[in-house]
Amino acid sequence: MYAFTHHAATSVADAVNSVGEGKFLAGGHTLIPTMKQRLAMPGHLVDLNKVGELKGISDNGSVLTIKAMSRHAEVAGSDVVRKAIPGLAALAGGIGDPQVRHRGTIGGSVANNDPVADYPAACLALGATIVTDRRRISADDYFQGLFTTALKDNELITAIEFPHADKFAYAKFRNPASLYALVGVAVAKRGGDVRVAVTGAGSNGVFRWTDAEARLAGNFSGSALEGLKVAASGLNGDIHGSAEYRAHLIGVMAKRAVAAA
Amino acid sequence: MTDQGIGAPVRRKEDFRFITGQGRYVDDINRPGQAHAYFLRSPHAHAKIKSIDLSAANAAPGVVAIFTGDDIAADKVGGLICGWAIFNKDGSPMRAGPHPALAQGKVRYVGDHVAVVIADTLAQARDAAELINVDYDVLPAVADMAAARKAGAVAVHDEAPNNQFYDWELGDKAGTDAAFAKAKHVTRLDIVNNRLIPNAMEPRAAVGEYDQGTDGLTLYTTSQNPHVARLVLSAFIGLAPEHKFRVIAPDVGGGFGSKIFIYAEETVCVWAARKVNRPVKWTADRTESFLSDAHGRDHVTHAELATDENGKITALRVSTKANMGAYLSTFASSVPTYLYAPLLSGQYNIPAIYAEVEAVYTNTAPVDAYRGAGRPEATFVVERLIEVAARELGKDPAEFRRANFVTQFPHQTPVIMAYDVGDYDASLTKAQQMHDVAGFAARKAASASKGKLRGLGYSAYIEACGIAPSAAVGSLGAGVGLWESAEVRVNPIGTVEILTGSHSHGQGHETTFAQLVSSRLGIPIDNVSIVHGDTDKVQMGMGTYGSRSGAVGMAAISKALDKIEAKAKKVASHVLEASEGDIEFKDGKFTVKGTDKAADFGSIALQAYIAHKFNGQELEPGLKESAFWDPTNFTFPAGVHICELEIDPATGVVTIERWTAVDDFGNVINPLIVEGQVHGGIAQGVGQALLEGAVYDADGQLITASYMDYTMPRAQDLPSYNVGMTITPCPSNPLGIKGCGEAGAIASPPAVINAITNALGHENITMPATPEKVWRAAQSSSHKQAAE
Repeated sequence: MYAFTHHAATSVADAVNSVGEGKFLAGGHTLIPTMKQRLAMPGHLVDLNKVGELKGISDNGSVLTIKAMSRHAEVAGSDVVRKAIPGLAALAGGIGDPQVRHRGTIGGSVANNDPVADYPAACLALGATIVTDRRRISADDYFQGLFTTALKDNELITAIEFPHADKFAYAKFRNPASLYALVGVAVAKRGGDVRVAVTGAGSNGVFRWTDAEARLAGNFSGSALEGLKVAASGLNGDIHGSAEYRAHLIGVMAKRAVAAA
Repeated sequence: MTDQGIGAPVRRKEDFRFITGQGRYVDDINRPGQAHAYFLRSPHAHAKIKSIDLSAANAAPGVVAIFTGDDIAADKVGGLICGWAIFNKDGSPMRAGPHPALAQGKVRYVGDHVAVVIADTLAQARDAAELINVDYDVLPAVADMAAARKAGAVAVHDEAPNNQFYDWELGDKAGTDAAFAKAKHVTRLDIVNNRLIPNAMEPRAAVGEYDQGTDGLTLYTTSQNPHVARLVLSAFIGLAPEHKFRVIAPDVGGGFGSKIFIYAEETVCVWAARKVNRPVKWTADRTESFLSDAHGRDHVTHAELATDENGKITALRVSTKANMGAYLSTFASSVPTYLYAPLLSGQYNIPAIYAEVEAVYTNTAPVDAYRGAGRPEATFVVERLIEVAARELGKDPAEFRRANFVTQFPHQTPVIMAYDVGDYDASLTKAQQMHDVAGFAARKAASASKGKLRGLGYSAYIEACGIAPSAAVGSLGAGVGLWESAEVRVNPIGTVEILTGSHSHGQGHETTFAQLVSSRLGIPIDNVSIVHGDTDKVQMGMGTYGSRSGAVGMAAISKALDKIEAKAKKVASHVLEASEGDIEFKDGKFTVKGTDKAADFGSIALQAYIAHKFNGQELEPGLKESAFWDPTNFTFPAGVHICELEIDPATGVVTIERWTAVDDFGNVINPLIVEGQVHGGIAQGVGQALLEGAVYDADGQLITASYMDYTMPRAQDLPSYNVGMTITPCPSNPLGIKGCGEAGAIASPPAVINAITNALGHENITMPATPEKVWRAAQSSSHKQAAE
């Protein structure tokens, strides 16, 4: 780790005004390890952990709002989330391990947009809105590639809004080493509208599987996906899984998500 | 006999310290004036060092000194050694290249040591290291054995053209070939034994210290064998004579073999401490552990098994290539030779065996002993071949094994070993009963109804441990004897200190060794302390590896306790005013035959020290004895493991559903600790079979250099184990112990792979059997048939 300065922000405005060339620190589960390895070297950190405005979970009957600094364990254990979108609570309960879940935050995960993270798939499938200190961004516009988002410099996520769905589930095949998603598929159904989002596999990050959406719109069952293949081109391949294997797993996980929804 | 003595499942005395964070590890040790070392490591697998510019780094804040290979050479610091001489088929010696503690002119693997920066703080050392400018001339790298042995491949060492370090053989080639010529059936198998990275919980660490007043060196280090470290650093590397060199290995958090060896970093820290006249500390970070701890396994083997018309095995022929990495680690040469080929007879009568082993230099981290060391590799060859042979011959794999078991003891194999005792049939039968093998067909059908493939695999392993008779290993090329030492110090009030040459780094010696004393002297284990890991306190000893601390280390303690008992009886004869021959000692009490006169052990200890009741010229005061124990044979733990698992053909995920282990470790001191050793060993073996594997890319970069990519077994990957035992006491040590530390890791990989191949219906899978590999294998298998 290189030397850096640390500012514990007291409000969203304070955080945004004081970050400058520095970085926001949420749960720190990506940033701190990369700093320790000297792969990231921010000179200034603005710590969000004491910003009360960024905490809390609420629901208005049609939209679930999760403030950015909500820990994964809070989302997983929230009665509000479990009632509104139970599959989202289950997703949060399956992120990493207990230590990660008690530090990592939804805002940090969505801001980082790691291509193997779970929340981006939920945001995309549920058609979430990413709320920042200055605007509202639809999930379809927000995720723009590996670790790349629509956020501007200094822009801070304050909350994620998830509109309710008739059905939602997420099925993940874990990378056996890191336990991140080798392939994760989130499926959401609202009336005749079905959205399927895939994380872990895409070489450009999370993406929607529109062929599957079309099939499931007419028949929301695993059998509707029989014979539907994802092309291996455009998918990641590494020592844990080739692109071909990931393509196969997308089909398997999509069926399992539909079955669980 | 006390309720804490031999055979009692007492909880480990040391665990309170460990689980409440009160252990004292090397990284907990900080010395006054201490500076910190940071090693600049090679980013290239193979390169010439054209120049090293230290000017900017030397000027950086806090820098005390920066040393390179030139400084090591100028100080005539000896190279790191390989302590076991192996000879080629033609009788010529192995072709070893130099192994300097800091690279001299050339780097040979990613992580090789280019320079050490010593600074007031670790951060300063690291900052300064970033200012060192090394001009490399990058050479082509040979990252695996196939590349290294290709004609015209670049040589890692000039001393070993074509990268062949040795070309060794064992057994009767002509007799074996003749038996194959007459065979009714020959089973052939190509086997890869995957490369593993040890990953002890505590990384390696060192604090070197120089005392100018006494001209003495002290090295605090994460070692399984501090005396061996001192011997090597003194006699071979030449840092200081032994009497001015103290090596301390305090609490050590796991070794698995990787902390046997004498590494560059520890050597440099203690050498540099004298150079800068300040204590020098280094603790590996996890990346350094991945890059530079000696790796394990990494064999490629072709093996053949000949059987006759009656289904009897007639011969075994094995050809193995073993990866040594870029330099020879301390015992690297012995692992694929004398720790491997002599175990190729397994539990079986095999009249003719021939093995040839080619050791290969590559541009990768050094490879050396890792839990089992050669024996897991041998067991994997034998138990895969036996299983496949049974399948090819249409025989039940268990019954095929049973029909070929050694049943008469002692049994001389064609490959050195003389098995002393065992009952392989008993282990197999008990394991089958405990496992409910009879119910497998119904369980398989139940799995099939869920679309899952179920398989069952056996592994009937044998290993040689309790290493080892000194003269025997000397005749095979070992540079040291493998006896063990002990001193028993009885204090005046009857408490006992045991000074042992063994070293505990997770084995629970503070408990088991005390249990032996408790049994022998009739005192509670809390009245016994175990002193180890400090060359200034403990007499010369050989340390802990090869499952030797029970069979060899405790045997030495037992021998010293014999002397204590004999001496105490003499004292008791004076105290109790009886002739020595009438004194009996049992349950901590001395009695006089035929009388009610008695004295307890503590009172006799006190009398030994106050020396009022006997003539101090005829009988020496005090009660302290020492012993060295040299084993008369290896010990031969053996047993049967059965793995039953389920495969999800849609994903290739393997779930172990049931595991039965029946081991014969001879007599058992503490069944709780022994069962824990079995659990841990199986976890590592399952790790090898399903999860772990070091991967280098073609340029020699380690892809699996963190837990993001190297899959360590987790609790969720492992089943509950059914552990049972059969016991045939070992005749070659006074306690009848065989050793249990490595058995699980040795037995388990073939059990897993035999179960997977049983489920798949074909043999085409390699370790680690990752989900993708199993998914692909399931595509090409007749699994529908298998599932029926």
